[in-house]
Amino acid sequence: MGLLALFRRTPPTANVAKERLRIIVAQERSARGGPDYLPLLRRELLEVIKKYVNVDPEAVQVNLEREDGHEVLELSVALPGGKRL
Amino acid sequence: MTEIIVVTSGKGGVGKTTTSASISCGLARRGKKVAVIDFDIGLRNLDLIMGCERRVVYDFVNVIQGDCTLKQALIKDKRIETLYVLAASQTRDKDALSSEGVRRVLDELTAEGFDYVICDSPAGIEKGAHLAMYFADRAVVVVNPEVSSVRDSDRILGLLASKTQRAEKGNGGVKEHLLLTRYSPKRVATGEMMSVTDVKDILGLDVIGVVPESTDVLSASNAGVPVILNEESDASRAYDDAVARLLGESLPMRFVEEPKKGFFARMFGG
Repeated sequence: MGLLALFRRTPPTANVAKERLRIIVAQERSARGGPDYLPLLRRELLEVIKKYVNVDPEAVQVNLEREDGHEVLELSVALPGGKRL
Repeated sequence: MTEIIVVTSGKGGVGKTTTSASISCGLARRGKKVAVIDFDIGLRNLDLIMGCERRVVYDFVNVIQGDCTLKQALIKDKRIETLYVLAASQTRDKDALSSEGVRRVLDELTAEGFDYVICDSPAGIEKGAHLAMYFADRAVVVVNPEVSSVRDSDRILGLLASKTQRAEKGNGGVKEHLLLTRYSPKRVATGEMMSVTDVKDILGLDVIGVVPESTDVLSASNAGVPVILNEESDASRAYDDAVARLLGESLPMRFVEEPKKGFFARMFGG
């Protein structure tokens, strides 16, 4: 690091990389090895919800988590502001 | 007992072949009988890195297809007595490698009393990469501290845990290790590059070695002399440490911190 480097400002980005990777890796790991029906389940749930509320396709998250001994199917639906299901 | 080690990564250009060459030299230098196999069918390169490109007569596919014996195809290294190279074929037929054929070659190397077989995987997750890892006992996953490399490594870890003989048979799975290459302690210190700990935390694996970014790696491949044989180089020392750790030694990690500089060096660069 020379004298000039003290005045040059490159924002450190390693932390950004780490955070982004932590999220995407966790997401991809949870999808991996899970049952094949998850994407279909997600799509059908979305269809049902859409009958009542106009939600974004991204708004439905289906995750399967393994906790010692049992599996938890976690379903999360983000509703558009103000509306109720 | 023959141990089969796959050197893999998913992403290309992270240093798989450099690592395969150095690890096999390192093991052979310690008296082990080692064969290193190039699984990159169609894109042979290990021979260049090992410096034996002009001695390739028969290749891996020739052996599998019965055009020659395994003995005829194994190229004996001129520097280290117990080291042998099996070159990849230049054929464009990707199906030339068969699972049965690879198994036969590995069985024969086992019968010949090899201590280690290093499988240099091609990039990607296609057939060559699949077959390179399928029979492995251990895996060295080569990763750069960079987003796409880390993500691809995780994908490879998923495959190692499901699409290998050990995973299918359920006998403990493949033992996995991380090896970081092109590491720049200086850039880690300024927060520009993810650290060993960051990568280790994200992937959740033990790190068997950290090879610093070094101009010696290019010189080594230019000359066809695996970088581990350049005793002057930090990269060589880092690879040798990784080999020692593969053999069960426990050593402190070197080259992960920037060497301390004096006042003048800090002010005026170095």
